Amino acid sequence: MSASRAPAPLATAGTAAAHVRLRGVTRIFEGALPVHALGPVDLDLVRGEFFSVVGPSGCGKSTLMDLIAGLNPPTAGTISFEDRPVAGEVPDGIGAVFQEDASFPWLTVRDNIAFGLRRAGVDAAETKRRVDDVIAFMGLKDFTTAYPAQLSGGMRQRVCIARTLVLQPRLILLDEPFGALDQQTRLLMGDELLRLWRETGATIMLITHALDEAAMLSDRVGVMSSRPGRFIETLTTNWPRERDSTIVADPAFGAVTARLWTLLRGESLKAIGATIPDKAAG
Amino acid sequence: MSRKAAILWTRAAVIVVAVAALEILCRAKIISPLTLIPPSEMASALWELIASGKINDDMVQTFSTVALAFVLSVAVGFSLGVLIHALPRVRRALDPLLASYYSIPFFVFYPLLIALFGLNTIPLIVIGLVFATAAMVIATLNGLDRVPRVMEKTARVLRLSPTRAIFTITLPAAAPYLFTGLKLALAYSFIGVIAGEFILSGGGLGFSIAYAYNNFDSQTMYALMMFVLVVVTVVNGVLHVLEQRMLQRRAGR
Repeated sequence: MSASRAPAPLATAGTAAAHVRLRGVTRIFEGALPVHALGPVDLDLVRGEFFSVVGPSGCGKSTLMDLIAGLNPPTAGTISFEDRPVAGEVPDGIGAVFQEDASFPWLTVRDNIAFGLRRAGVDAAETKRRVDDVIAFMGLKDFTTAYPAQLSGGMRQRVCIARTLVLQPRLILLDEPFGALDQQTRLLMGDELLRLWRETGATIMLITHALDEAAMLSDRVGVMSSRPGRFIETLTTNWPRERDSTIVADPAFGAVTARLWTLLRGESLKAIGATIPDKAAG
Repeated sequence: MSRKAAILWTRAAVIVVAVAALEILCRAKIISPLTLIPPSEMASALWELIASGKINDDMVQTFSTVALAFVLSVAVGFSLGVLIHALPRVRRALDPLLASYYSIPFFVFYPLLIALFGLNTIPLIVIGLVFATAAMVIATLNGLDRVPRVMEKTARVLRLSPTRAIFTITLPAAAPYLFTGLKLALAYSFIGVIAGEFILSGGGLGFSIAYAYNNFDSQTMYALMMFVLVVVTVVNGVLHVLEQRMLQRRAGR
């Protein structure tokens, strides 16, 4: 059980069963000085897999997520979700959680979670049942009448995840959802994430800057280059589906993390404008 | 005694002491009765005025005019705020004008308004509206600026229509700032209308205060002044309580 290289093309599984498929996806931000932020990127997400994306800061990870979610259109290339093109709006079946706190401070935890269902016109009884389920699942039972301001950052992020989960998304996009949390909370939230991934059967794409988080949670980790972001390699971890944060004690975990850092070190140096010492000599 | 209660008691004590001091100074004739009457006399004169029904028409006129100016200024100010927020170029052009808006002494235009609309309540509504609208525009812009970008993303991920997103996410998110706008718009409506009545009009509380003043009727003048103060304080107090309730929920206390 060790990190192994996926065959080329790097990030594509090349099967017809791809849940999400990107081909030649490029994003350029127009302006006085156009910025080539991303791509071209080819990527296939297998239905039900846990896929993480790591890369140096500013490499276009969040841009990639916005494109897959349908929040922004690609400049070139095609994106499909469940064999339907993603264009102009967020497709039904995709949920997203962001790094910034997006809980609604004017609503109680329960109303926050029920928000999407009420909007979708789900009847009251069904809403109550589903909200109760998610509240129990996310361990928010004692906080249903609390307002977000009364909760810690980790709990608020839990509310946001619950609000997404209650809509039963088939693809969950997570943009550094634990980026603002302390390390211990992150590890525990990672466990929760694995549990919900197992129990919902959803496909998860997690964007993170924490290599250990990516190594611990994922089936596959896509490593991106500095801007314009491309996948330079995709690692397969071969973890069993039943896993939790104790996997950090597995020697193979160290090997995966080390491999990720080896790949990323040079790219990260580029991203902060430094050169690699042993190459700078020439 | 909790901190909050202590603050409330201190506040009440300051007011009571100030009123009592005024009462003593007036009764001891240290302040001439021609200048100021004791607060107790103001209160009893006010009670008589209200009981006699003499100021009913004035109350109706002033409060309905203020209410109209307030509602219109909130509606117009909010709509303009949303519009200007959506048009960044227009906003850049208007920003300095909005910032210096309250340096204009609007009341110089009051005679012009009377010439245009006649001596009725329309010039009063217009002056209240002109006075209060900008506060609501500024508060709306402020509130919309402070809605976190992630809220807009969230609205789209939840697949809300733009209108629905505005009413269920943007407005609640901006609510504390909009509330500040409401409070200012109400205060400015009161100032605009009562000052306008004071300058020139055929009725209303401001007019009656000026009328009493011109006829050396200190009893009525002070009674009405006290009335206006009490009403404005009560209305503001109610708004303050509502605002605090909203803010406390959001601050997690």
